[in-house]
Amino acid sequence: MKPDPNTPRNRSLLRLAAAMAPILLLLILLPTFVETYQIQLVTYGLIAAIAALGFNLLLGYTGLLSFGHSAYFGIGAYTVAFVVQHLGPHSMEFYILIGIPVVAIVSALFGYICVRHTRIFFGILTLAISQVVYSLVLKLYWVTGGSDGLRVPRPALLLGLLNFSGPRAFQQFITSYYYYVLAIFVVCVVLMWVVVHSPFGKALQAIRDNEVRARFLGLSIRRFRWISFLVSGTFTGLAGILWVPLNGLTTPDVLYWTFSGEIVFSALLGGFRNFTGPIVGGIVFTYLKTYAVATTEYWQLLLGVVLVTLVLVLPTGIVGGLSMLGLRLSKGRS
Amino acid sequence: MAFLTIQILNSLLYASVLFLIAAGLSLIFGVMRIINLAHGSLYAVGAYVTAWLVGRGIALGLPSGWLFLLLPFGALSVALIGIVIEPLLLRPFYRRAEEYQLLVTFGLIQILEDSIRLIWGGTPLSADALMDALPIIHVGGLLYPAYNLVVIGIGVVAALALWVAIYHTKFGVMLRATSQDRRMASALGLNVGLVYVMAFGIGCFMAGLGGAIVVPTQAAVLGMGIDALVIAFVVVVIGGLGSLKGALVGALVVSFVRTAGIQFFPELELAVLYLIAALVLLVRPTGLFGTA
Repeated sequence: MKPDPNTPRNRSLLRLAAAMAPILLLLILLPTFVETYQIQLVTYGLIAAIAALGFNLLLGYTGLLSFGHSAYFGIGAYTVAFVVQHLGPHSMEFYILIGIPVVAIVSALFGYICVRHTRIFFGILTLAISQVVYSLVLKLYWVTGGSDGLRVPRPALLLGLLNFSGPRAFQQFITSYYYYVLAIFVVCVVLMWVVVHSPFGKALQAIRDNEVRARFLGLSIRRFRWISFLVSGTFTGLAGILWVPLNGLTTPDVLYWTFSGEIVFSALLGGFRNFTGPIVGGIVFTYLKTYAVATTEYWQLLLGVVLVTLVLVLPTGIVGGLSMLGLRLSKGRS
Repeated sequence: MAFLTIQILNSLLYASVLFLIAAGLSLIFGVMRIINLAHGSLYAVGAYVTAWLVGRGIALGLPSGWLFLLLPFGALSVALIGIVIEPLLLRPFYRRAEEYQLLVTFGLIQILEDSIRLIWGGTPLSADALMDALPIIHVGGLLYPAYNLVVIGIGVVAALALWVAIYHTKFGVMLRATSQDRRMASALGLNVGLVYVMAFGIGCFMAGLGGAIVVPTQAAVLGMGIDALVIAFVVVVIGGLGSLKGALVGALVVSFVRTAGIQFFPELELAVLYLIAALVLLVRPTGLFGTA
């Protein structure tokens, strides 16, 4: 059957593609006119965007606020580090191939426990479980390196096609890795878009908006939440997998619950009621944090003030605020 | 035998401090239905203020007995911060989704933690003059600082005082009425806003008091608040959010498990605590004594 371009779903897909095309083009051309440091920063931003995108499937579409998503990010990162230590091949594809099933299994397991609750108890339960992981990683130092963490050297990309050595290895790696992450980022965005616009995604939103009614419709609420948790954790875990070769080191900090707070912050900054919100939020947060750290020793204070102001003044986030502004402007014109 | 006594005393010491923190967190949740993530940081502020005051006191040449009078001031300063924070930052959020309440208090953590660093710097602040002011006593052949017994005593007195205040005073009735039905309480002419400020102030006072009495036994360090918050979570999850009895039982369970853990399974000590919390949440989501 030929897809009908006039269904609302396809129309909004077209709109998404139209909005993304110029941004994508800009991102593709970016390395030609900025320096390595900026490329590296954007790569961090894209990774944070993937993490926030995954997180938002739970918060924005399922209505569950997880305060423990650091666990999946960190488990992704540590899985790569363990693979490097014990299995050998320095291939990014190999890391992803091993890493994704691991984070998916862990998310499925933790999610199965956590979705028994909602609201505040869901938040505390996710936090408690992520803290179990954190304290284990911190204390079992002979396996995990404790607070020193584990080093991850630069991997080869594309099945060993791209190796990095020699004097300009760092620059070459950053540029290639940027495109690598960008490609995965695009795949993730499209995948997530398909998920939230599928019947499954609609069911999640129905559960979020009215649990009782959704149950009357015969939806198996807990299972939907569980699968949503699984997908969400896996996306965030993938972000962790991509993050660790770029950072070169993984420490228990990425498992600590304040890191979960940063993921929540990112989603809120962009706006968790929009599909694009967490993507914008992840990238903006990366810049905001980098800028704050570079400007002042008391960057946390700065971020805290931004967060509190944001929640007070702009609860719909950047994207929500912009779309409201756009709506008002177009209304004023007509 | 003496060794066991010391371990029990240590557990009770830790339980006193934990109870003060967790009871405040629980009281605030019980009355206002918000989880104050910055509660641990307020506890840290109490510790820092007290250590700073004691330092000033020593510099001014106060006799060591007088230094004990400074402890309540550490707690009071935190209560003051709470009285400012509640109407200013939290009140706009009671009608909004709880995600926002969590986020605003998360922002508050970052602000408080860095403010501590800004004011007192990164070096630990100690107030062990108070500990040295009291003698070391013999417990069956082993030495034990008498100050620790003072802490346990303060914990017991605080628990009793809170119990009397909540269940045997007019203010307690107002507090419980607001907690059960905010709108009905308001319709009956209660000044709900005032009850909220008072409840939040008392909760913060308890956290500050916890910090004040703990700082002579261990120096105030950066990050102590965040660690305390997570443990306090474990306490209230085990005992039940919003329950005074729950905070007491939770604090005792956590402190005994932790003291035993440090002795027998130091690598897994924290993980075991979180696992207990997760298990309690699964079996009894409202905790052992919770009603929420």
